[in-house]
Amino acid sequence: MSTRELTFAQAIREALDEEMARDDRIFILGEDVGAWGGVFRTTETLFEKYGCERVIDTPLSEEGFVGLSVGAAMTGMHPVPEIMFGDFITLVMDQIVNQAAKMRYMTGGQVQVPITIRATMGGGRSSGAQHSQSWHAWFAHVPGLKVVLPSTPYDAKGLLKTALREPNPVLFFEDKVMYHKIKGPVPEEEYLIPFGKADIKREGTDVTLVALSRMIHPTLAAAERLAAEGISAEVIDPRTISPLDEETLIQSVAKTGSAVIVDEGFNRFGTTAELAAVIAHGAFDYLDAPIERLGAMDVPVPFSPVLEFATIPDEEKIIAAVHRIMEGRRR
Amino acid sequence: MAQHKSKTSELGRNTLLEMYRRMLTIRVFEETVFDVYRKGWMPGLAHLSDGQEATAVGVCMTLRTDDTITSTHRGHGHIIAKGGRVEPMMAEVMGKVTGYCRGKGGEMHIADVSLGILGANGIVGGGLGIAAGSAFTAKREGEGRVSVAFFGDGAINQGIWYETANIAVLWKLPLIYVCENNDYTQFTNSKKLISGEGLAARARVMGMKGVEVDGNDVQAVFQAAHELVEAARNGGGPATLICNTFRYGGHHSGEPGTAYRSKEEIESWKKHDPIPFFENQLLAQKIITPQEIESMHDEVDKRLQTSVEMARQDPFPDVSEVTEHVYA
Repeated sequence: MSTRELTFAQAIREALDEEMARDDRIFILGEDVGAWGGVFRTTETLFEKYGCERVIDTPLSEEGFVGLSVGAAMTGMHPVPEIMFGDFITLVMDQIVNQAAKMRYMTGGQVQVPITIRATMGGGRSSGAQHSQSWHAWFAHVPGLKVVLPSTPYDAKGLLKTALREPNPVLFFEDKVMYHKIKGPVPEEEYLIPFGKADIKREGTDVTLVALSRMIHPTLAAAERLAAEGISAEVIDPRTISPLDEETLIQSVAKTGSAVIVDEGFNRFGTTAELAAVIAHGAFDYLDAPIERLGAMDVPVPFSPVLEFATIPDEEKIIAAVHRIMEGRRR
Repeated sequence: MAQHKSKTSELGRNTLLEMYRRMLTIRVFEETVFDVYRKGWMPGLAHLSDGQEATAVGVCMTLRTDDTITSTHRGHGHIIAKGGRVEPMMAEVMGKVTGYCRGKGGEMHIADVSLGILGANGIVGGGLGIAAGSAFTAKREGEGRVSVAFFGDGAINQGIWYETANIAVLWKLPLIYVCENNDYTQFTNSKKLISGEGLAARARVMGMKGVEVDGNDVQAVFQAAHELVEAARNGGGPATLICNTFRYGGHHSGEPGTAYRSKEEIESWKKHDPIPFFENQLLAQKIITPQEIESMHDEVDKRLQTSVEMARQDPFPDVSEVTEHVYA
């Protein structure tokens, strides 16, 4: 299998390109996704290749173009609306939660709603409180939606291609910090990654570190440093939180006896809480330390870097959490 | 505001009789559902549209089967007007597995996608995005299909109307916005809630036609809708049709609609009831005889009574179905 290095953004673009070539029902729409190539350059060249009918610049009307996408999906298309900053998804909640998520159910199975909503997430860019949030947990709360959070170019491409073949509404969250900073191997050959299958990014025996999206990277770095201290950390990336691969999480904790959960969404009632509940229930007999939850601090995302980085989990915080677990075990 | 006048002679006898039959079916369906509600044979509440039959029928009779509609929380009339069958509707009202949505939708969410009915919607304005999307697909497919969005006067203050209207005009989507203006946003007179000159003016500002019509005159509705639908079919882009009408009952079956509307107001609308109004036109032009009217009434009454008897005997869904249809 021949492999090259692609950036996260290039992997996204390649998935869109391949699937658009394969299926002419797929079209992209959003603000500046066309002629401009996307604010984060993820749709660059697609406008030239597929034309303005399939890569569509919309007015600044998130509810309007996502609402239109729901109806297009119900009538046989596969729209891919882009929410430039994930924070703006608050403008579209009715269309996603009340329309897309439950049309199939309410009609007793008469329709499918194949819509892939791409939205960004993540802070760390001094973009302020309205351009930095990570709202994936909200959507995992809604029956009828699938929620995907890739952490590497390889995963991004394989998961997005799966999303573009899904008959259900999918929320696909892309951490904007990774677009051009994270590079990784991506095979030339076609591949798909199924939803609901976690990836063990590093095997270990002493502690389970569960991380999502960009948080995988500081988590892997922390695992490397912990190894030098003689602590063997297993790093698991669920990759999708709806559906969630509960089995892999539970089996890992059954082996290690403890877990740290790292996510950039807010901690309170968030992804870290749900994953902790799944582990606490499924691996109760094996736990020998309290589950550590490292979400974003429960404050609006601040602007000043000193404040902002204080709110986001990082390598040091992950190591500190593991040390707390080890400390507790010794007592 | 210019009102479209009826032009009976332009419609064939069969079409006129079918319009009458559908209006009558809606009226009797709504009366029957109210009866079912009072007897405790259905769970929840019913949102009835008796009084508004001419709007639903006048618009839907201009449509092809593959044209789509989206409907509102008060959707029974639109569904019957678009060809929906009363038997699975009644079963759905009662939450039975034989209902259109296998009992999962309920009286507010009836859909028959095979007839282009993309569902009644419990969110005010909730069908507008879906209708725009269906119009987008229709334009892409290029087969002359159109999409109709029914909504009430309450919905014209929802942002989704403006967002989709702007897009529909820019992209020339074959989308007809049909506002059933019954003057009330739930329990409040809409005059207190709508600024400026109303929706027709707002539609024109957005760059599309805004036409207002007597929504209780089915032929006037038909003529006005026909013109807009055919223009949209032929690439003319979206338009807005406002049909002025009145719901006889309350917002839902649990309240009579008399606390916030005067007796005089209700009575004055009943004097312009769409069904006798149309009946008189048909009689005057000798399209129908009094005997034919009577037999059509009997036939519709009987069909509705049978639908109730059947639905009452039908089974509820098996509890195991509760997890079906969450995902495809």
